[in-house]
Amino acid sequence: MVLDKVKKILIEQLDVDEGAISMESSIIDDLGADSLDVVDMVMSLEEEFDVEIPDDEIEGMKTVGDIVKFIEAKSE
Amino acid sequence: MSKTAWVTGASSGIGAATALALAEKGYDIAVGCHSEDSITRGGGKVAEDCRAFGVKAECFVGSVEDFDDCAGLVGRIVEQMGGIDLLVNCAGITRDGLIARMSEEQFDQVIDVNLKGAFCAIRHVSPLMMKKRAGKIINIASVIGLGGNAGQANYAASKGGVIAMTKSVAKELGGRGITCNAIAPGFIETKMTAVLPEKAMDAVLSATALGRPGKPEEVAHAVLFLAENDFVTGQVIVVDGGLHI
Repeated sequence: MVLDKVKKILIEQLDVDEGAISMESSIIDDLGADSLDVVDMVMSLEEEFDVEIPDDEIEGMKTVGDIVKFIEAKSE
Repeated sequence: MSKTAWVTGASSGIGAATALALAEKGYDIAVGCHSEDSITRGGGKVAEDCRAFGVKAECFVGSVEDFDDCAGLVGRIVEQMGGIDLLVNCAGITRDGLIARMSEEQFDQVIDVNLKGAFCAIRHVSPLMMKKRAGKIINIASVIGLGGNAGQANYAASKGGVIAMTKSVAKELGGRGITCNAIAPGFIETKMTAVLPEKAMDAVLSATALGRPGKPEEVAHAVLFLAENDFVTGQVIVVDGGLHI
């Protein structure tokens, strides 16, 4: 499932607890990512799901839900 | 496990000396060569001499200044060597001329290889180092990038750019355990300086406190220091025999 894989990446890269991650969690405000973390996360997502995430899409990815929706749309 | 160093411009001069010094310390070496021709003219021998220290060493051909070519180059190195722990940007050229007579081509070529080449290499290697939360980047700049030089506006701009880029990368990637430093050599005996007119050479040497040109190995020694040190970052180490004091 996409959410589980995304969660795994976030836990690993941002050093957060699984319980802290919901679909509504803001990557920056709730999970404490800085701009470099975001780049790091995007690279991991690209690798994990074999998708390309363009820069202008990254700006729209504010929450965990945004990421999951993007990946799901790409994988369809 | 042994570490892998990618040294660009490693077929001659400071790059070759750096590759050998790192090999002697046990690093596996990706010998960066601009063309097949540069393998024949020195790169092949450098790789062979590196292997004599019992490490893995291979030549990798590609143009660092070409963004996509450089990406392919990094991919091949990772595939064959297993990763890149240390990047040493040594690839550099000069196309000297007075500013009032300098052609656009002279300017562009030097900026392309010296500045954009370093950018491309760092750009494509940094994601690997970020993932590993470790890595070292060492850029060979020049004292010309600090103090300028008549007839070398293009070269000075490229090396000054490398120094400023070094500081930015150090700030950006420090949080990932990656260090980035520059070395600013003075007058070092290489093919690059062999073409200098005698008068110019004498002028530089008389301004050098140690009164002699440096050897590529003496610059390589500073690379070794930065390669082994974990707490120096964003710095420019001047290796010039006291030219700029």
